Amino acid sequence: MSMNSTAIQQTPKSQINFEQVKKKQRMKNFSKGMLFLLPSIILFSVFLFYPLARTIYLSFFLTDAAGATTVFVGWENYVTMFTSPIFLQSMKSTFLFVLYTVPITIIISLFLAVIANEKLKGIGFFRTIYSSTMGISVAAASVFWLYLFHPSMGPLNLLLNAIGAEGIGWLTDTSWALFAIAITTIWMNIGFTFLILLGGLQSIDSSLYESADIDGAGYFYKLRRITIPMLSPTLFFVVTVTIINAFQTFGQIDILTQGGPVNSTNLVVYSIYREAFVNYKFGSASAQAVLLFIIILLMTFLQFKFGERKVHYQ
Amino acid sequence: MGQIDLVDISKSYDKQKNVLDEINLSIEEGEFFVLVGPSGSGKSTLLRMIAGLEDITSGTLKISNEVVNHLPPKDRNLSMVFQNYALYPHLSVEQNILFGLNAKKVDKEEQQKRLIETAEMMGLSELLKRKPKELSGGQRQRVALARSVVSEAPLCLMDEPLSNLDAKLRGQMRMEIRRLQKRLGMTMVYVTHDQVEAMTMGDRIMVLNDGKIQQVGKPITLYNEPANLFVASFIGSPKMNMGKAVFHADRNQLVIDDALHLEIDPVINNVPRYPNVTIGIRAEHLYPGTAENTTHVVEVINVEQLGNETLLAFEVGAEVWTAKWPGQWDVQVGEKVPVHIAIENLCFFDSDTGLLIKPARAGKQQEVVTA
Ligand SMILES: Nc1ncnc2c1ncn2[C@@H]1O[C@H](COP(=O)(O)OP(=O)(O)O)[C@@H](O)[C@H]1O
Ligand SMILES: [Mg+2]
Repeated sequence: MSMNSTAIQQTPKSQINFEQVKKKQRMKNFSKGMLFLLPSIILFSVFLFYPLARTIYLSFFLTDAAGATTVFVGWENYVTMFTSPIFLQSMKSTFLFVLYTVPITIIISLFLAVIANEKLKGIGFFRTIYSSTMGISVAAASVFWLYLFHPSMGPLNLLLNAIGAEGIGWLTDTSWALFAIAITTIWMNIGFTFLILLGGLQSIDSSLYESADIDGAGYFYKLRRITIPMLSPTLFFVVTVTIINAFQTFGQIDILTQGGPVNSTNLVVYSIYREAFVNYKFGSASAQAVLLFIIILLMTFLQFKFGERKVHYQ
Repeated sequence: MGQIDLVDISKSYDKQKNVLDEINLSIEEGEFFVLVGPSGSGKSTLLRMIAGLEDITSGTLKISNEVVNHLPPKDRNLSMVFQNYALYPHLSVEQNILFGLNAKKVDKEEQQKRLIETAEMMGLSELLKRKPKELSGGQRQRVALARSVVSEAPLCLMDEPLSNLDAKLRGQMRMEIRRLQKRLGMTMVYVTHDQVEAMTMGDRIMVLNDGKIQQVGKPITLYNEPANLFVASFIGSPKMNMGKAVFHADRNQLVIDDALHLEIDPVINNVPRYPNVTIGIRAEHLYPGTAENTTHVVEVINVEQLGNETLLAFEVGAEVWTAKWPGQWDVQVGEKVPVHIAIENLCFFDSDTGLLIKPARAGKQQEVVTA
């Protein structure tokens, strides 16, 4: 009996010591972890979380030209936004733009990546060319395309004239302008998507193809049953990034069309910029920015929810 | 009539030194043929050339008496198992097995029939719906084998298929592959760097080193009559004990590495007369000496107890020799033990060319007994 009780008394004592040491170690680990995270927490807070909170805050106010809040208006900025035909037009153009650019960018890049993945002499040259647009700034690319689209001296119209067709007002015709911006954007994005997809292709184990060769699989059978499924994580990543990029298009619009003609290329980010820095309505600009944030968040979330099921991670 | 004939096959990458040099070889129909050699000796290259995955630089390759140098892999009517199994990670076991049949557009009923048969045979029936990542190493290996079986190709090529498995599973799969091959009667070309696999599985073995054929033959022939020093040291575990030998005619003695003296019977003296001779003796031919027949007493520097046999290491000149004694021997390191070395158990090699001059007689006798 007595032996039993001493044993019982002793056990909790040793347990407490043990727990304390563990707790101390955990605290130490936690503070160490925080220390490592501190730089990024500070950076994110200053450049991301604070602006985000500030934007949401601003979206409930009217402001003066300097951006200082004047009157609290509640949801009014949002209500005006959804009833403004210009903004609705801008949303429509943005979705159309995403629809024009994303699939075509992916398909062209995938095609280029697949042919550049063949083991041929001098293929390095083509790989460099195909990925080269990645190294060109938006400004340089836009100026280049501004020249291509030039109504009288632009090579595109010269070509059309040469085959007897009439020149197109690429950047001045309401039915062509968005299309022209889309072409520019696709051209600019191909470099990046091509490079990522090529990287994805090269990481596919060559023995899978060799095994298929022995089995007698044809080129398109291999493409459909091996390449595309094995590439699906990369494709998924590229699609997500391209969609987000398309929603955030700004530079080429500013240089090529400034949102015109008749607001036909006034995509959301450009519209936000104009509202804030041309019309000095920081409140409604913030409301638009918040909406854009929510849309991108939602799109990404939906993609992960539904798209990821079809992705085969190894 | 050979199933596969290689005539003067050579291979070089980018016009550099030959990776394979003038390979001449015939592999019989229904044979389990093992290609063995150290890493980098060109085994995979040779196998991939037979498969059609690698160009043949020069020479002729015939399968069933038809020249196939120019044929793509799919027209050579063979199957191949890769070292990493090359399973499609996004497809289920069933889809993996049927991949080839689908590609060849074999009709669905036939596909199902073969699938069920093969899955049954390989013990995969329960696993058909799983993805490769949900399988153990041994099960993946079986799926890879099943892919090959389901194709019903008469010729199967395997490139180190067991090297990713643990020792126990390897032993088991060795037997399974061997039984499968005999049961289906297919011709097998099997690549390995492991001489134990080669010895236990092959009907015939080809030893390759540095792109050159060292010897082709039955496992037991390679063991008893290694054609040269390379084969002698490569085949067999522990490896054959070797030493430089000098014959002193005046004393009727053979001196090995200036350390070990062997008396030669002057009447039946049959020591080959070459300027430079290397002798080799198998570990199991270094017998424990009895009171009557002890020829030498050696100091043991290492003991390995294997349970059914005991390995004793001792120094001969600069070399370390190993003796393999049946049973359990309670010997301590540093102890001096008597051994019996008989002249008729020595293999003689020409040190200059490395070629075999005279094999051990004991080996031959055993062969006669077992044959
Ligand atoms: N694609 C290649 N290009 C150049 N050299 C190669 C290539 N593949 C293999 N080799 C060389 O050929 C030799 C034999 O390789 P391999 O057949 O893979 O050897 P093993 O399978 O016996 O280990 C090695 O020296 C290797 O470096
Ligand atoms: Mg190899």
